[in-house]
Amino acid sequence: MFEYLLNNKDSWVNGKGPEAEIVFSSRIRLARNIANLPFPSQANNAQKIKVLDKAKEVYPKINSLKSSSFVNMAELSSLDSQFLVERHLISQEHAVNNKEKGLIMSKDEKISIMVNEEDHFRSQVILSGFDLKKCWQILDQVDKDLEKNISFSFLSDLGYLTACPTNLGTALRASCMLHLPALAFTKRINKILELLTRISFTTRGLFGEGTQALGNFFQISNQVSLGLSEAELIDNLIGVVNQVKAQEINARNFLLKKHKISLEDNVWRALGILRNSRLISSREALSHLSILCLGLDLGIIKNTDLSSKEKGRNIINNLFIIIQPAHLQKMESKVLEEKERDYMRAEILRKKLGGKDV
Amino acid sequence: MICDICNKNNATVHLTEIINDKVVELHICQVCAQAKADQLNKHLNISGFLGSFSDMAGDLFSQQRITKCPSCGFRYEDFKKKGRLGCGKCYEAFRELLLPLIKKIHNATNHVGKTPTGLENKTPHSNQLNIIELDRSLSRAIQLEEYEEAAKLRDQIKELEKKSKS
Repeated sequence: MFEYLLNNKDSWVNGKGPEAEIVFSSRIRLARNIANLPFPSQANNAQKIKVLDKAKEVYPKINSLKSSSFVNMAELSSLDSQFLVERHLISQEHAVNNKEKGLIMSKDEKISIMVNEEDHFRSQVILSGFDLKKCWQILDQVDKDLEKNISFSFLSDLGYLTACPTNLGTALRASCMLHLPALAFTKRINKILELLTRISFTTRGLFGEGTQALGNFFQISNQVSLGLSEAELIDNLIGVVNQVKAQEINARNFLLKKHKISLEDNVWRALGILRNSRLISSREALSHLSILCLGLDLGIIKNTDLSSKEKGRNIINNLFIIIQPAHLQKMESKVLEEKERDYMRAEILRKKLGGKDV
Repeated sequence: MICDICNKNNATVHLTEIINDKVVELHICQVCAQAKADQLNKHLNISGFLGSFSDMAGDLFSQQRITKCPSCGFRYEDFKKKGRLGCGKCYEAFRELLLPLIKKIHNATNHVGKTPTGLENKTPHSNQLNIIELDRSLSRAIQLEEYEEAAKLRDQIKELEKKSKS
C-alpha cells in the first residue's frame, strides 16, 4: 500500500514551500472528541467502532476530503504503518497499538485525520516550508465541515475537551520543523532551546515527542492551548520561528566569516562520505546530509550536479525522508535486515548524489 | 491522638478549617507536616503550610463527594496515574480538582478560541446568562484564591442583578 506516496510531487517532503531553506515544514493539528462518548482510552470496543463508523460516514461529505481514503490501521502491515510514521502522517502510538483505529488521508498527504488515537479525532494539515497560515486556513475549514456533521465535546469556559488537559481549549498544536545546523555547530542551540521552553514553547526532535534531534532538525510547537485564540497561538509561533530563523542565519554568516575553511572542509567531507560509503546508518547519513544541505544553502557546493540550488535541495530534502528504514523497504518492496538497509541506503545516496562507481 | 495521614505517629499539629460549609478537623504529626511542606518545595511558613493543607483537605473531601465520573465511571485516582481523563463529562465532575492544574499548565482557565458552529448563536448574552457566567467565574476565582478578581466579579454580579430588577 501507499507506493504512490513515494512519487508524490506535492508532498511536504519535497521542500518547495516558502522559506523552506530553514523551515522545512509547517504543521497544525486539532484534537476533537464526539460529545457523550468516552475518550478512546476509556471507551469499549463498541464505542470505538461507533467513532470509526462516524468517521467513515462523514468524511466523504467533506469537500477537502473527497479524494481521501479511509484506512483501518489494524489491516496495515507494520512496515506500512512505520512508513506513515516516517512521513509524519501518524504517530508512533497510532502505528503500534492499532486496534479499532483509523486514518483518513487526502491523496496529496496534506490533510490527515487519526481516528481513535488519544482523542477521537486528531486532524492535521502539513505543508512544505514556512506556511502556518495556510495550514490553518485548510484545517479550520476541515474542522468546520466536520462540525456540521458531528457534535463535539465542548464547554464554553474550557473550550474543546480533550483526553489530556494539556490539549484543552483550542486543542490546537502548531509546529514547524527547522533545520538548524549552524546553531548546532556554534553550540548556541541549547541556549535557544532553553529560552523557548521558558516562554512556553516545546522543542522536539525529528519525530515528535521523546525523540532526539537527528540531522539538526528541531520541531518547535506551542505548549499552551487554552486562554489564547487559534490566531494568537499561530501568530506567536510565527514570531518565535522568525526569531530562531534569524539566529540561524546569523550563525551561518558567522561560520562563513570566521570559519570558512573548516566549514568547507566539513561540507566536502560529508559529500565525500555520502558519495562513497558502502554501508551507512540512518543516523550517520542524516548528519552528513544536514551538513551537505548547509553547504548547498551557503553556495559552498559548486560545479556538481547539485549546484543548482533548487535541484540540489529537492534531492537532499527527499533523501532526508527516503533513507529512513521503512521507506527503503517500501522502495525495495520487501523486509530488509539492518545490514541490508545500510547497504541499500549507501547505494541510494551514491546514486542520487552523483557518486562514482555506483 | 494518631496522625490522620500516616496513622502511626502522635498528632502534634491540629487544624480546624471550614471547607464547603463543613468544619474539618485534621490532626497530623510533625513528620507528615514536614513532608507535605517539603513536597511543595516550600519552607514551613504558616501561610504556605495552611495553603497546602487546605489543598489536601479539599482533595480528600472532593474525593469523598465525587470519586467517579457519573457518566463514564472513570475514577479521579486513575487520572493521577495516567494523566488522561475518561470523557468530556469528567471535566465537569472533577472541575474543582482540575482547575488549579489547568491554570498551572496553561496559565489560563478561560477558552477564547473558536466555538462550534451553531453554538455561538444559541447563547444570547442576556443579563441572566451573564450572571450565570460571572457566577461561575466567581466560584473559580475563589477556588484559585484570586480574591481581588473575586471581589471585582462580585461587584459586577451585584450591578447586573440591580439592572435586571429595575
